[in-house]
Amino acid sequence: MAVADMDIPAFDPRIPDGPLADKWQRHRAEVRLVSPTNKRRYRVIVVGSGLAGAAAAASLAELGYQVDCFTFHDSPRRAHSVAAQGGINAAKNYRNDGDSVERLFRDTLKGGDYRSREANVYRLAEISNQIIDHCVAQGIPFARDYAGYLDNRSFGGAQVARTFYARGQTGQQLLLGAYGALSRQIHGGQVRLHTRTEMLDLVVEDGRATGIISRRLTDGHIEHHGADAVVLASGGYSNIYYLSTNALASNVTATYRAYRRGAWFANPSFTQIHPTCIPAVEDHQSKLTLMSESLRNDGRIWVPQAMHEERRPAEIPEAERDYYLERMYPAYGNLSPRDISSRAAKSVCDQGRGVGPSGHGVYLDFAEAIGRLGRRVINDRYGNLFEMYQRITGEDPWHTPMRIYPAAHYSMGGLWVDYDLMTTVPGLFAIGEANFSDHGANRLGASALMQGLADGYFILPQTLGHFLAARPPLTADHNSAAGAEARAAVEARLARLVAVGGRTPVETFHRRLGELMWEHCGMSRSRAGLQQALVEIPALRDEFWSGICVCGGSAEFNVVLEKAGRVADYLEFAEVMVRDALEREESCGAHFRTEHQTADGEPRREDASFSHVAAWGFRGDGVAAQRAIEPLHFEHLQPAVRNYR
Amino acid sequence: MEFTLHIWRQHGAAEHGAFVTYPVRGISPDLSFLEMLDILNEELVGRGEAPIAFDHDCREGICGSCAMVINGDPHGPLPGTTTCQLYMRHFQNATDITVEPWRARAFPVLRDLIVDRSALDSVIQAGGYVSVNTGAAPDAHAITVAKQAADAAFEAAACIGCGACVAACPNGAAMLFTAAKVAQLAIMPQGRPERSRRVIGMVEAMDDAGFGNCTNHYACTEACPKQIPLRFIAQLNREFLSAALSSREFVELARPHAHEE
Repeated sequence: MAVADMDIPAFDPRIPDGPLADKWQRHRAEVRLVSPTNKRRYRVIVVGSGLAGAAAAASLAELGYQVDCFTFHDSPRRAHSVAAQGGINAAKNYRNDGDSVERLFRDTLKGGDYRSREANVYRLAEISNQIIDHCVAQGIPFARDYAGYLDNRSFGGAQVARTFYARGQTGQQLLLGAYGALSRQIHGGQVRLHTRTEMLDLVVEDGRATGIISRRLTDGHIEHHGADAVVLASGGYSNIYYLSTNALASNVTATYRAYRRGAWFANPSFTQIHPTCIPAVEDHQSKLTLMSESLRNDGRIWVPQAMHEERRPAEIPEAERDYYLERMYPAYGNLSPRDISSRAAKSVCDQGRGVGPSGHGVYLDFAEAIGRLGRRVINDRYGNLFEMYQRITGEDPWHTPMRIYPAAHYSMGGLWVDYDLMTTVPGLFAIGEANFSDHGANRLGASALMQGLADGYFILPQTLGHFLAARPPLTADHNSAAGAEARAAVEARLARLVAVGGRTPVETFHRRLGELMWEHCGMSRSRAGLQQALVEIPALRDEFWSGICVCGGSAEFNVVLEKAGRVADYLEFAEVMVRDALEREESCGAHFRTEHQTADGEPRREDASFSHVAAWGFRGDGVAAQRAIEPLHFEHLQPAVRNYR
Repeated sequence: MEFTLHIWRQHGAAEHGAFVTYPVRGISPDLSFLEMLDILNEELVGRGEAPIAFDHDCREGICGSCAMVINGDPHGPLPGTTTCQLYMRHFQNATDITVEPWRARAFPVLRDLIVDRSALDSVIQAGGYVSVNTGAAPDAHAITVAKQAADAAFEAAACIGCGACVAACPNGAAMLFTAAKVAQLAIMPQGRPERSRRVIGMVEAMDDAGFGNCTNHYACTEACPKQIPLRFIAQLNREFLSAALSSREFVELARPHAHEE
């Protein structure tokens, strides 16, 4: 493999000089520019059409670049950003409650347990306000008060109300805004849209990303697309757990294939487990549905004090209930950060105090809030979420508490990128959930939409120009050799999947991988468990490659083949995740190692040895990935023990 | 629970399709309709048969991917519900269930239950947005929007673009879909400057894409999983009429179009 003899990259984040608050403005003033008439000579590929991808494709096209946007969905509007419920943070301080860019920066850095870059996080907080301005200008119907001003609510890990929202469908509304902007550029001929088309490989020539290999899902047509730069906005990989809050098609393939072509993968084990999801009830359940964290503004979380309680919730008197988050973390209570709330739920369930048929559940109770605020206010705030809960569970949250349990939700890990959002492969950029940049070891609620849009609308369009300005536009046939090689590799792999000819559904392997990862590399991780996973994953992978059936060929609309390719990549990527979790001998944020906890069960960070980003490089099939680090420097805010008590 | 499923199978866009009958057993009432199809598909794969292809993704009723006509109703019998949010507890045990793709001239079948809905995207591309470039926006509080207006706009903006309205309409019209976007942006002050141009462009794109006309059957709003109110169609008609009477764009747009006919 060409990659195997590559040197370890420098992992220089290329953070601009100067005071933290000035870095981004200074950088913007200093980046190279492409002149307006030259922009149309550059072609940029954007893979993904969610918040980050659609925002980037539209904004790049507005600037004058030629853009090709790829989505495996039938329409860009289906991207999983659509499902984000709760809201988007911004440091507007419209509430006069003491918010500021500085405070949003601090909350986000602390929420991430000091495992992210100060400069990136500060920039994110700074841009947050522009995002709200832009989205309002797009005609997005955010929630408003009677005077016509924007309304806010609170989310976990914050003591101010800075979250803007559109009922429980904020992600949908923001995505439709970005989709509108993208549609406008498609109409103007500035963006070519490729729907039902999946990226299956990255083309790298002379150490630079120059295109992708795609498969058209409707007929299996394989195509090579060349470009001056490639932007991956392909989302996260929480579906590796099989049951997660992610949409079923969400996958790691685009970023994993880029990793195999030389892009290093940062903090792969940092995966967020969301505390408020509807618990699993069925063996054949296909996904876990999130109940927005915003519910925790008014809902109170509790379990019975007694173990194996049989009474119905209404029959359990106040004195026999344990509002454990309010008890353990009085300062933040039900709005404690996600990692902390998830672990607390697991812990009370492990004690035998969980509720529901499986014992894997805790109550989220609105009785007090309905009494305090009245039915109408609660309906305004959460009506659609109540309906959704009732539809799925058949239980009515107006009369009985919801049952919730943690579920895999978001990947803080992703491709390593520098301050300009460029990966270790020049010309390859990663934005949104596909990169690792801003959330450290734990993401705060309502920050994913903020980051996806900051990257897509405001950061990438500036930094990509800086990269292109130093290089002449590539000619059409510039990468025929590398493109042909990548294309042949894709075709060979598809042929291999088709040739297996077993009788076991791909789904079965995905489910087994998910169980294994949830058990050993989920909410809590131990050395022994992780080592066990490193034995089980390759064995499962071997079974996959001899047991699956894709029920048809590759030159047709074959939904099983699509899924098989994604699961095959998960089966390889799982090992990188587990190795990362094993090597990180500390607990931080969502990464909880049982060997590293305080006497009262709180995670214990090891700043002396692990205050760094871990990046993993591909070294060949059958060879363990290589680990390298980017040290984190804290000049503005000194890492402290995260205390929400 | 057990059911007898009659499912439309069609190998490709150019081929003929037919209903195929599949019995399913041991189905828990807590499974969703799509999860029941997942189980059937696993059985089919186990027998080496091609599974039933259907669009689906988020499985929480918001992405708009899932699209099937169940016993004659787009998204099945439950009002305000996408197929993925439909649970088997809503069906009577031991009954027959017919499953078909969306049927409309503008939505050709690609495989089994999957249809091509890109015609809906073409309607949005023709003007379903505010033409604001990134970086151009004033402060978010520069313009206030009355709560009632924001709420009404939200009601329209809740459309998930699934196409059930088209599938339900005997004319295969996309009026409710188009009306929802036109109304949202006509209500929000940010959408006002382009209001005439937008409605003319979108209605024209709707016609070009092969969608039919509205003859007031009201089946669309019945089938809509987000229950987008019918009054937005009335608003679309008003918007269109007023734009047609007053707008120069209409004259400019209509002329070349008339020549093509």
